[in-house]
Amino acid sequence: MWRDDLRCIRLIAAKDMRTYYLKPPAISWGMVFPVAWTLAFYLRNPSNFDDLIPGLIAMTILFSTTAAEAVVINFELRIGSLERLLLAPVSTNSVLLGKVMGGFFFGLLMASMVTLATALSLNLRPDLSALIPMVLISLLVFSSMGALSSVLFKEVFEAQTFLNLPRFLMVFLCGVVYPISAMPSWLQTISRLLPLTYTVEGLRAAFSAAPSSPFRDFLVLTGFLMLFIFPAMRMLRKRFE
Amino acid sequence: MNAIVVRGLTKRFGSFTAVDGISFDVEEGELFGLLGPNGSGKTTTIRMLVGLSRPTEGGAKILGFDLSSGITEAKRGMGVVPDSSNLYDELSARENLLFTARLYGVAKDVREERADALLKAFGLFERRDDRFGTFSRGMKRALTIAAALVHDPKVLFLDEPTVGLDVVAARSLRNLISDLHHRGLTIILTTHYLVEADLLCDRIAVMVKGKIVRIDTPQGLKRHVEERSVIEVSFGQEASGHVGDLSARLPGAEVVFLDGMRAKIFGGDPSFVLEEIFEFSVDHDLGLSAINSIKPSLEDAFVRITGLSPTAMAREKGGR
Repeated sequence: MWRDDLRCIRLIAAKDMRTYYLKPPAISWGMVFPVAWTLAFYLRNPSNFDDLIPGLIAMTILFSTTAAEAVVINFELRIGSLERLLLAPVSTNSVLLGKVMGGFFFGLLMASMVTLATALSLNLRPDLSALIPMVLISLLVFSSMGALSSVLFKEVFEAQTFLNLPRFLMVFLCGVVYPISAMPSWLQTISRLLPLTYTVEGLRAAFSAAPSSPFRDFLVLTGFLMLFIFPAMRMLRKRFE
Repeated sequence: MNAIVVRGLTKRFGSFTAVDGISFDVEEGELFGLLGPNGSGKTTTIRMLVGLSRPTEGGAKILGFDLSSGITEAKRGMGVVPDSSNLYDELSARENLLFTARLYGVAKDVREERADALLKAFGLFERRDDRFGTFSRGMKRALTIAAALVHDPKVLFLDEPTVGLDVVAARSLRNLISDLHHRGLTIILTTHYLVEADLLCDRIAVMVKGKIVRIDTPQGLKRHVEERSVIEVSFGQEASGHVGDLSARLPGAEVVFLDGMRAKIFGGDPSFVLEEIFEFSVDHDLGLSAINSIKPSLEDAFVRITGLSPTAMAREKGGR
């Protein structure tokens, strides 16, 4: 049984990569947007470009995983394709996980390209034992966040609009644009409630020369993953009760 | 042996009962029709049977597997053609079939062979590498049926398979369904097209407002009205406003207006009915275009059983 579910997850992820993610809109949203954003900061202060790399990778993870997540579920619900997947001899949870993994693999592709390009061109030596787990857990968190927002709403535009709120809130409050310690205390509290803050912190630890463990950030992100994935599964099941 | 056993199947949405305790059996190799107007509960019934919706009460067994505990096993033996063609526009015809086959775990060599065989059987082999999104509505429908067959199911659910198709495509699809039936596949067909049900089905369950009001063969359903005369009359102008008067003139007969100017009268002494129709048309200055004594059709049986106008039913679905 679990083999059927694993096969289904892999198939759905591969199909979504091909039909939705590896398309110009998703690629531009997932990669061009964070790169343009980072370049704007570089032009403002070229001497601190190295410091921007964790933020660039974090934003690439955020925008690439959520680039088409809201579309792949809502759109397929609307045209009935999601029902086709649910007719197969696999669980509803596996279908949702397949959708999440589509965003995960696309994000992994985008984040790997950005990480490799920046690390090689700037001769950075990140701690891979910290970097890889942080990237993987962050990809899962943000892909699940996209899946949750898409099962909360019936229409594609509703899910996309809703998703923009946490996305842009996170971009401004995660510590990349402005240091968290310099924010008013109430903004610091909000910042601590956002998963991208922990991704940025964890990635900074992985890129920092001083040894520091992003274990706490990893644990908090695992909590966010649970917070997003289980309600998303439950809500999708409820839609078909 | 029964391929499908349904007992007391019920679906409620809040206070609305969409399917109300229906029970029926479908034998292996049978083509069983669920016939009824829009909103009668046909699609909700199918959705429960294929595991897309959970029954509020009652249950069913498909190929011996209980829906509540063995739905995954039951799904392996089911092929489902929903009322919309929902394959992936971005994938080619062949890729769509291969993707579906892989979802069901069909081995690589088998699925490639089967996909090509189905594309040939459905006349789509020449277009196998074209994207689904470029297909005509009839071709999309055919490929959706092919996708439902690619894992070699024992039971095929067809939900309104010819809705939205032109006459030629619909006829071609009916021939295809008939072929599948003759090959021994158990088929559940929902339709609101009376002619389609009459042509294809071994037995028909007539559904109205979530309930099955009768199950019989098409011949059996027609026999139900054959004992009574059926007269069809076309007036020269709008006459349905006077239905009360016409009914009052014909005690023991049943008057059903098919549209504003056309009515069918079931039962009564034919000579008396004809006489009264003439008088009625003169009294209301309606004129008479045509009057026929006709052999009862499935449509007449449907009208008699449900009390619904078949044209009103077709209009609801935008059908032919």
